[in-house]
Amino acid sequence: MFKSLKTIAAASVLAGSLAMSASAQAADTIKVGILHSLSGTMAISETALKDVMLFLIDEQNKKGGLLGKQIEAVVVDPASDWPLFAEKARELIEQHKVDVVFGNWTSVSRKSVLPVFEELNGMLFYPVQYEGEESSRNIFYTGAAPNQQAIPAVEYLMSEDGGEAKRWVLAGTDYVYPRTTNKILEAFLKAKGVPAEDIMVNYTPFGHSDWQTIVSDIKKFAAAGKKTAVVSTINGDANVPFYKELANQGIKAEDIPVVAFSVGEEELAGIDTGPLVGHLAAWNYFMSVDAPENDALISKWHDFIGSDKRVFNDPMEAHYIGFNMWAQAVEQAGSTSVDAVRQAMYGQEVPNLTGGVAVMNTNHHLSKPVLIGEIQDDGQFATVWETDGVVVGDAWSDFIPESAKLTADWTYPWVCGNCEKPKYLTN
Amino acid sequence: MATGHSMGAVRPHRIIAFVGGALLFLALLVAVTLPAAAQSVPTAADPFAAAVQALDARKFSDKATAVDALGALGDERAIAVLQAFADGRLYRHKADKIVIIADRAGDGFKLTSPVTGEPAGTATSREIKKIIANNKLRGQIRGVLGQLALFSPDADERLEAARNVIASPPDDALALLKRARDRETVSKIRETLETGIAVFELASDDRALRLAAVATLADRSDPDIKSALEQRLLEVDGDAVEPDAEVRTALREAVDDIDDRLALFGLAENLIFGLSLGSVLLLAAIGLAITFGVMGVINMAHGEMIMLGAYTTFIVQEIFRSTMPPEIFGMYVLVSIPAAFIVAAAFGVLIERGCIRFLYGRPLETLLATWGVSLILQQLVRTLFGANNREVANPDWISGAVAFGGGVSVTVNRIYIIIFCIMVVAALAAFIRYSRFGLQMRAVTQNRGMASAMGIRTGRVDALTFALGSGIAGVAGVALSQISNVSPNLGQNFIVDSFMVVVFGGVGSIWGTIVGAFSLGIVNKFLEPVSGAILGKVIVLVLIILFIQKRPRGLFALKGRAAES
Repeated sequence: MFKSLKTIAAASVLAGSLAMSASAQAADTIKVGILHSLSGTMAISETALKDVMLFLIDEQNKKGGLLGKQIEAVVVDPASDWPLFAEKARELIEQHKVDVVFGNWTSVSRKSVLPVFEELNGMLFYPVQYEGEESSRNIFYTGAAPNQQAIPAVEYLMSEDGGEAKRWVLAGTDYVYPRTTNKILEAFLKAKGVPAEDIMVNYTPFGHSDWQTIVSDIKKFAAAGKKTAVVSTINGDANVPFYKELANQGIKAEDIPVVAFSVGEEELAGIDTGPLVGHLAAWNYFMSVDAPENDALISKWHDFIGSDKRVFNDPMEAHYIGFNMWAQAVEQAGSTSVDAVRQAMYGQEVPNLTGGVAVMNTNHHLSKPVLIGEIQDDGQFATVWETDGVVVGDAWSDFIPESAKLTADWTYPWVCGNCEKPKYLTN
Repeated sequence: MATGHSMGAVRPHRIIAFVGGALLFLALLVAVTLPAAAQSVPTAADPFAAAVQALDARKFSDKATAVDALGALGDERAIAVLQAFADGRLYRHKADKIVIIADRAGDGFKLTSPVTGEPAGTATSREIKKIIANNKLRGQIRGVLGQLALFSPDADERLEAARNVIASPPDDALALLKRARDRETVSKIRETLETGIAVFELASDDRALRLAAVATLADRSDPDIKSALEQRLLEVDGDAVEPDAEVRTALREAVDDIDDRLALFGLAENLIFGLSLGSVLLLAAIGLAITFGVMGVINMAHGEMIMLGAYTTFIVQEIFRSTMPPEIFGMYVLVSIPAAFIVAAAFGVLIERGCIRFLYGRPLETLLATWGVSLILQQLVRTLFGANNREVANPDWISGAVAFGGGVSVTVNRIYIIIFCIMVVAALAAFIRYSRFGLQMRAVTQNRGMASAMGIRTGRVDALTFALGSGIAGVAGVALSQISNVSPNLGQNFIVDSFMVVVFGGVGSIWGTIVGAFSLGIVNKFLEPVSGAILGKVIVLVLIILFIQKRPRGLFALKGRAAES
């Protein structure tokens, strides 16, 4: 009896001291929230982003942290459940009092957390290529907008080097990103003089696994005597059976190239890439890019994660740029206050991993280079084309009439994400 | 590795790209301006060596010129070099800028000289850099190689070459194809060549030739040929492409003929695709037909048994890859089948003994508990193997496609799955019908109390039946790993479809499951081209709901006292 009482007492003292140390720690660290799914369907893509955030925070702490404080990561798991994203975002800001959040992958999850960040005046860095048509005061978009990925990819396939495609298949998974992107691409193709009968649009459900009919349709569509290309916004798990079916039906990239916007090094890790050589992807970064910054970061990444098999991909580079920009903006503002840091973000420059410089624009989108790569048999991409300089991310597409009128600019006199006129007219 | 080569090597490649064909002259120029280099490497004066070196250009357009120049040399050595270039095995040695062929060997590369064909030592991946080809270049190389291989002694190579020349024709393709046809003895290749010639002759100036070409093409059943014929029927700026009325009539008739045949082929194609989808559904559902149908257990973790089977395949593959000689690597799939059965069956017993047996007769609790089990298994696999897809390669013997003509082709792996599915179902039916355990299983299903009174240990039969159903799901996982991706979510993608098949076919009936799976597959595939994949699925679901309203017990309802209780 005496003994058990003593144990309880000891335990409560211990618990008390733990709680105290936790609160003491909270006072002199800067908290960074990480809102990526670690379970459920999106874990395949998002787990690596959580890992890269821990890596970047570790690197920053080794350099002495920020404003003389250490950075502490707060990791939560929204489990690929869109409403849970909103709850977890609220938990990060209200309970954990994080200064900034890095997270989300799918557009629907971003749409779900957006009102939370706007209500609580939080700050979110969103690292994935997306459909555009959005600019929130509380979100910085470090992935590609359509004009930084989809449009250049189609232009490449139209060019002489890309094979001068005349007929187009737009194949996508049925949700907001492919639908909006394809709407933009259709308008773009028509503006380039492609007749409607030379465009085939096809949507499939999430996780679609039986591609026989669609691949066979693509073959028939391509038999019209004009060079045909496939633009794929097929998402996640559905890609593997799609590429397997293409390979097995003997469709070679020389005959019908497929350019994908959601397939990177991470996704290719699950496919035997031998039969896929030559199919394309458009990104702002490839792991194979020959640049000293890239080599140095990848070897540090491999040391941190303890395996030299782990890949580094475009959304991971977006987090690299976003985190470093945020750190610089915090240093410049001398505070982690969201309002101060936001002002310091505009025009902030950090080196990207492809040998150039990324700049944060006042529409909360980055300036980035666009790279087109062909899949190689080792699961990496070989860059076959890139833009001369960087492309400024465009929040509102010029190819959708109602969007072309809108401007996103969060500096005076606009101070607005979707306005036709500046909020503060000077005259 | 000869280093004296390097200086002579860099300089000519730009010039060659610029001038194009004047290779000999340039090589001589090199020999004159850089005598030291020429002396140390006698091949520097070789136009072939210079042409190979020219492939290492910066711009793709320069590489394209170099490929044509290399092909124009008519040198047999060019075949190996161009093939290596198309396969991505052509590299530049970083130190001396020489173009070499490199093959992966262990951690490094084994080098081969493209000029002599002799081994040229080894290199690490940092010492060499790949000379990149793009799609356009690979297509061009295929055409050039086709020209060279059109007269090869090997019949398969000639057929492949004929197809490649037709797909990316060089300037003098017609003459080349005619030359090849006149020498061709194999009728299949001759037919391919004649088709290619006829397509070119559609645009001939000679009316008789055009008519003959239409006649040749009229009995082919290929969408490519149909569109070639249709091109001639188009009107450009008010004038028909085909000026002659008689030829136009012949063209129109030929297109109609081909259309009729293609429509038939289309039906056949949908049927085959439907059978293939049906066999996948059947494989996924047959295990459920046992646990849900026979035992009445709603097992939401059924999909995870499929996933465990797929991961077992992955593990067996990795073991084969690291311990077995590459020749028998393709056999890993066969070894995976019993392995996956055992692993999934073991998990099945574990779940039944550890959880489900306490919940018999309480379907709602069973549903929730097995749903929990499925989440646990998913996260377990995610923790052990990572969240990423695992790569399960198709062995060579189940890769590729079988072409049935008319643009219909079915991939080999799908055909194997149809066969495999029939074998699994037949074995299962025989096992239940003829084995002692099958008899006990049927007895327990029909009347548990009576079976128990007859001395059958019903608890043991339950566990083993559950193991059988799970094991078969594991075997299905082996097949699905060949067409789908191996990820922790694999099972979720199939669970809803599996329940649909079992409910539609009739709970408790193996026959019902078979008929249900194939009819759902075929209906789905006939709907898909008309309505699209998403609406197709919706329509199938609505049809099933309506059907269940009419026949609540599914297609094949069990009759008898036990079934009605």
